[in-house]
Amino acid sequence: MAEAHPVHGEVHRHEPPSGFIRKWVFSVDHKVIGIQYWFLALFSVFIGMIMSLLMRLQLAWPTESWGFLKTLLPAAAENGTISPELYLSLVTMHGTIMVFFVLTTAPQGGFGNYFLPIQIGAADMAFPVLNMLSFWLTFVALVVMILAIFANVIDPENAAATVVGPIGGWTGYAPLSALGEIAGPGQGTGVVLWITSIAFFCVASLLGALNFITTMLNLRTRGMSLLRLPLTCWAWFTTAVLALLSFPVLLAGGVLMLFDHIGGTSFFVPAGSYVNGQLLVAKQGGSVILWQHLFWYFGHPEVYIAILPGMGLTSHILSTFARKPIFGYRAMVYAIFAIGLLGFFVWGHHMFQSGMDPNTAIVFSVITLAIGVPSAIKTFNWLGTLWGARIRFTTPMIFSIGFVSLFVSGGITGIFLGQSSVDIPLHDTYFVVGHFHLIMGVAAIFGMFAGTYFWFPKMFGKMMNETLGKIHFFITFIGVNCIFMPMHIMGIAGAPRRYSSHDGLAYLGDGFKPLTKFVSFAAFVTIGAQLIFVFNLVWSWIKGPKAGENPWEATSLEWIVPSPPPHDNFAGHEPVVHHGPYEYSVPGAEKDYTMQTDPERAASAGD
Amino acid sequence: MGKIVGVVMWLLVIGTVLLFVGQNVFFGDATLWFPESISDIGTTIDKQFSYTMVVVGIAFILSQVALGYVVFRFGRRGQERAEYIHGSGKLEAIWTIATGVVFITLAILAQVIWAQVHLKEAGADAVKVDVVAQQFQFNFHYPGADGVFGRTEPKFINDSSLNYVGLDPSDANGKDDVQTTTLVVPLGEQVDLTLRSKDVIHSLFVPALRLKQDTVPGLSIKMHFKANKTGKYEIPCAELCGQLHYNMKSFMLVLPKDDYQAMAQMTEEKFKERLTELLQQYPVSR
Repeated sequence: MAEAHPVHGEVHRHEPPSGFIRKWVFSVDHKVIGIQYWFLALFSVFIGMIMSLLMRLQLAWPTESWGFLKTLLPAAAENGTISPELYLSLVTMHGTIMVFFVLTTAPQGGFGNYFLPIQIGAADMAFPVLNMLSFWLTFVALVVMILAIFANVIDPENAAATVVGPIGGWTGYAPLSALGEIAGPGQGTGVVLWITSIAFFCVASLLGALNFITTMLNLRTRGMSLLRLPLTCWAWFTTAVLALLSFPVLLAGGVLMLFDHIGGTSFFVPAGSYVNGQLLVAKQGGSVILWQHLFWYFGHPEVYIAILPGMGLTSHILSTFARKPIFGYRAMVYAIFAIGLLGFFVWGHHMFQSGMDPNTAIVFSVITLAIGVPSAIKTFNWLGTLWGARIRFTTPMIFSIGFVSLFVSGGITGIFLGQSSVDIPLHDTYFVVGHFHLIMGVAAIFGMFAGTYFWFPKMFGKMMNETLGKIHFFITFIGVNCIFMPMHIMGIAGAPRRYSSHDGLAYLGDGFKPLTKFVSFAAFVTIGAQLIFVFNLVWSWIKGPKAGENPWEATSLEWIVPSPPPHDNFAGHEPVVHHGPYEYSVPGAEKDYTMQTDPERAASAGD
Repeated sequence: MGKIVGVVMWLLVIGTVLLFVGQNVFFGDATLWFPESISDIGTTIDKQFSYTMVVVGIAFILSQVALGYVVFRFGRRGQERAEYIHGSGKLEAIWTIATGVVFITLAILAQVIWAQVHLKEAGADAVKVDVVAQQFQFNFHYPGADGVFGRTEPKFINDSSLNYVGLDPSDANGKDDVQTTTLVVPLGEQVDLTLRSKDVIHSLFVPALRLKQDTVPGLSIKMHFKANKTGKYEIPCAELCGQLHYNMKSFMLVLPKDDYQAMAQMTEEKFKERLTELLQQYPVSR
């Protein structure tokens, strides 16, 4: 241990920082940055949840007036009702904040930042300063996004001055989002701020992606061959590659749309547009569908960016608490690659009804159904991991089991939507809303819960409360099924999405209103249950029992360092790896787990 | 704990199955499902949906039941060790090929239907209607008694004088054209729509026909259909188009051939009078 090995990929060594600002605010330590991302996501998810609460209130009781609303939002909810523009603003902001500031931050920037370097045996990321910049740019993006909500208040030209930001949905389709205020309230300054925020976010993500890829390829410690990497690392790596290749396209599209707003261009507005009583003579030559191509070329890889880290983590946690190697490690890695790669060739399935050439729909549809194959492989391998296991039902384990269930539920309805013709009656209905919420808004979130319950002891040095964790799981798991399963039925009945009220549609039938109310009640209960989680976090941080180095008896490298780890993770030592990441229940071994750094012994199949 | 989680998974399966196939047991007439299909292609789409439902249903039930089973059965047992296996190449091959075959088969079947919807043209003697969408109404433009559409151009559009589609006042063919916000079509005949939009993307969605097509500024998109049942059917807008998106609803009126022929010959004034009568006469289809 005292020998000096040449360090595989030297990281610029720096002394631990001193002073509050350097230690906790502008820190270059990947662990601090990871926690900052995680808190940003936690803050954002609560804003997003409050918005969904208001939306569910409106949908269940569209004509009701609420006293508390008038008090909270005197400008936007003047007589205590949610106006159509406020509703659409909530739809837009809820989607934008959740997709970008929750799903694209915590799993990758949060847990990935914290644990990738440690799991590969490195002292930090390859580019610590770039890492810090990525976080703070993301933070600025969030501030600008929140400002966008108040666009009509801060815009001096707008006499309405109600609290309503952009109303074009998180997808911001042109021309609605390219024409400016003439197309609707909040579509001028609101959209400009929204695009600006997203542009900052794109740059931050690109910087982060560079860091992840370089770190994983260059900074692995001795013995950490590619096939000994935990599946979390493979997921973070692939996610980073997806981000690297897709975010620039969104940035480009955003810049073009920004120019349409402030530069007098017409990238997305064709000639002959007659909007709100005016013929727009100055606008010509633009392509409306171009925005959708640019957006969804990013947008589809984006949803895999949102789910892949959760899949990697689920594999990791299932294996750990099943006390059993992951079933089909290589197949799992290839499946991650296949999902990532195919994810770039299916963006048109969001555009089947868009007016694009119907021949292209055929190609997109077949490839979309093909993506179901690696996803199914992963599910079978998770089941295979649990077969013959000796499961320890800790809270992280239960949330990972929940992830598998919700991934199946959410992913499987993609088989309907991916078929171009079956998509015709279902596109832009609640069927889609149910589908993407189950897969992104629930499965991915369960991945984050699992990660939090799993790594909280390592990050904060305290154990979380198991009883509260289990109560949180059961209410949430049952609750989300009650909220989102019925939405598929609503979509089949033909309920369009982004409607602030479905009262005007007779074809939905008598069952629609009661079902809507049921979903709203389920949402209120489920959102309420998240307070149990927050309480658990705070209580455990203050009063939780102290966590040892390896409370879960897990095998990967983060469990050989103190909880929390010192500034440079391995206290100047270079860990040497002799085993794969999932060597549990090895026959003949003393314990039912073999750490990756345990001494070598007779070779076995998994190493 | 594993037993509880397992049971919860199984209850979830039962609940979901009931939701999708057992609603009428609990809700009777209030069952939520597709509205009655009034077109042949719609019925074909429904069939493909059903095949998919069978495949998806089996996959859903099997995987959730299996998940519930493994967590029910394989809990910790004292100091026992789990099975030390890393996988099975044979199983990987089997389930990869099986899922591949099933998914690709579904995909191919779906494309055949798609081709019927989008790659076939309407018959030469199909009834033509021009659709012009705007914030917040669908405008339907009919050629009138002469059967010839008047020329339209954006510069002639004037919403306040009700020239929504921009008819050129100097074109004689346009004198007898009709503009209204209801889609009127004959029973059992091909209808050929040309879809356009003035301002932002809207989407013409006729649930009863299983028809949906975005209307896109700058594009002229053709869609065709044949309605097999008379009645009044709702047309909600299906693409976010601004704050009154939720309130942008039109009707499609499918009329017996004779009634339709009579209307096709009427002046705009008479057409609108008759339309008002018919809209009251026909109950909305549920």
